[in-house]
Amino acid sequence: MFEALWRYRYFVLASIAGELRGRFARSRLGLLWSILHPLAQAAIFALVLAEVLGAKLGGVEDKTAYPVYLLAGMAAWTLFSEILNRCLSVFIEYSGTLKKIAFPRICLPVIVWGSALLNHVFLLAAIVVVFLFFGYIPGAAWLVLPLGIVLISLFAFGLGVMLGIFNVFSRDIGQILTVALQLWFWVTPIVYPQTVVPEHLRWLLHLNPMVSLVGIYQDALVFNRMPDLAPLLLPTVIALGLFSLSFLLFKRASPELVDVL
Amino acid sequence: MIHEVLRIDQVGKRYATYPSNLARFATWFGAKISPLSEFWAVRDISFSLGKGEALALIGQNGAGKSTLLKLITGTVRPTTGSIAVQGRISAILELGLGFNPEFTGRQNVYQAGGLMGFSREQLTKMMPEIEDFAELGEFFDKPLRVYSSGMHARLAFSLATAARPDVLIVDEVLSVGDSYFQHKSFDKIRRFKEEGVAILFVSHSMNDVRALCDRVILLDHGSVQKDGSPDEIVDYYNALIAEKDNARMLIEQKRGESGWQYTRSGTLEIAARRIELVDAETQEPVATARVGQKLLLRLVAKAEANIPQLVLGFMLRDRTGHVVWGTNTWHTEQVQREIRKNDEIEFVLSFTCNLGPGSYSFSPALTSTDTHLTDNYEWQDNAIVFNVVNADRTFFIGTSHLPAEFSIRRLA
Repeated sequence: MFEALWRYRYFVLASIAGELRGRFARSRLGLLWSILHPLAQAAIFALVLAEVLGAKLGGVEDKTAYPVYLLAGMAAWTLFSEILNRCLSVFIEYSGTLKKIAFPRICLPVIVWGSALLNHVFLLAAIVVVFLFFGYIPGAAWLVLPLGIVLISLFAFGLGVMLGIFNVFSRDIGQILTVALQLWFWVTPIVYPQTVVPEHLRWLLHLNPMVSLVGIYQDALVFNRMPDLAPLLLPTVIALGLFSLSFLLFKRASPELVDVL
Repeated sequence: MIHEVLRIDQVGKRYATYPSNLARFATWFGAKISPLSEFWAVRDISFSLGKGEALALIGQNGAGKSTLLKLITGTVRPTTGSIAVQGRISAILELGLGFNPEFTGRQNVYQAGGLMGFSREQLTKMMPEIEDFAELGEFFDKPLRVYSSGMHARLAFSLATAARPDVLIVDEVLSVGDSYFQHKSFDKIRRFKEEGVAILFVSHSMNDVRALCDRVILLDHGSVQKDGSPDEIVDYYNALIAEKDNARMLIEQKRGESGWQYTRSGTLEIAARRIELVDAETQEPVATARVGQKLLLRLVAKAEANIPQLVLGFMLRDRTGHVVWGTNTWHTEQVQREIRKNDEIEFVLSFTCNLGPGSYSFSPALTSTDTHLTDNYEWQDNAIVFNVVNADRTFFIGTSHLPAEFSIRRLA
């Protein structure tokens, strides 16, 4: 499987570039949109929650702290949800090609993964600009971000490919996931700090791998500190587990995948 | 045996329906769950293909042609049996797959070419030839969304045939594009064949099948019904199509001594008792005719039942099976009506043998309208076979003798 992927590396790379170009081909702002969407969303949350509802970020007594905190969480979440959503639908999206052209199918999720990663890098670059505007100088802790990127994308890719395969057979999965992702977003401390979660609900945070994964970003970008490694252990194991499981499932499901498309 | 490039061994493809998706998922991990229902799209198919051999798959919709091609291409995995390929397969199952409408022709060659497994360097090397063959001019560097469907097809075909494969699979795609490009692509396929590429061809155009293929396999309900030479199988297939509408049908086939395939089919409610080709003056039977000889083709039919309406058609074919000429009494407005049982009717076609030297055949058809698909009383392929020799005319080639002459003037 990996050997085939290597043989098709040109195709994968060209397709990642193609995805990027294709998505914004005829819009004036082009690539900017992929950055503007999460930024705009963060701006809306910042406006509504910080200005209207008067949210305060515990521990940081700075008026700009909240938007910065939001942006950090949103960046991590966008990476996660983009990979997940694209992997979920990629087999259906390319059903015509899958049915008629013989090529390593594993290319498809890898392509969407790659293009999501690329988007993420652009987004991070944009965030740097915003941070500088707010007067935050990116510190050494930013260097830990690649760890976050790797863990989040392994987790999202594994989960996405598995659900993507099931989604081919039962399209309800895609619909359920849309709702589930909304819920997941709100039970993860992104628009609110962990500290506001009531004591009796704290256990929920421990069950959610995204909490510590998003936490890597928040720690690094907002507080300029290295993440605690201990709480990352479980998400790492889950991410690696899902990632390998997705390959196993892919291998098993592959012969029947095209049959039902 | 010529060098074999493709071997299909007892291949079958089953599509199964499981009681639930969970049950299906469980089967991936070894659970033995029997499916609710199953459907074999193709079953127990075996054949092999040699270098430079061209094989056509024909059959009605749903016969399993496309499934078989997908199996060979590798997009669908066989449930049983094995498929062995020596070398690279290039499949043109659908033109323009993997193309992105926002990309230019050139960018799409890189994109879709990558999908076919070529590296960027290989594609760069192939690019001039692709550009040249597609003949798109400045459109080659314009986005695909401004292409006409014919231009789209040109680009796709050029890419698909840019590198010589070992096996070329062509699925009913030559019908796109203008006739100039159709000819050009057909030529390219033929050239590949001469260069030793094995060709697997699916088409509903029996003329293309005859023109290109050495061998034909007729598929029906997922299995091989007949395997043989183009003239034999194509005629059988035509008879079979008619059978769909005529339950009481007979098909008989035999090969004549001169190698012509004789096929007879129909309900025989009325049938030819005698068919002969004679000289117009002497009334003597003719087996070898001279170019320009006046001939009569005489057919006497006897009705075995009452027939409301009768049309007789004749088709003249050359040795390769190409139709040289043909018409019927529907077009000449000589439809016979109200024929009683035991009536005998004589039809005489008088014509001048303006044919080129070679072997020809007449196929008569007794039907009720202008096609044999409504009521096929009797259809005989190659009932009369005769030769034409050039005895007293100036030498010429081709299947038609045009009364033509040169006039030459020296102008300086």
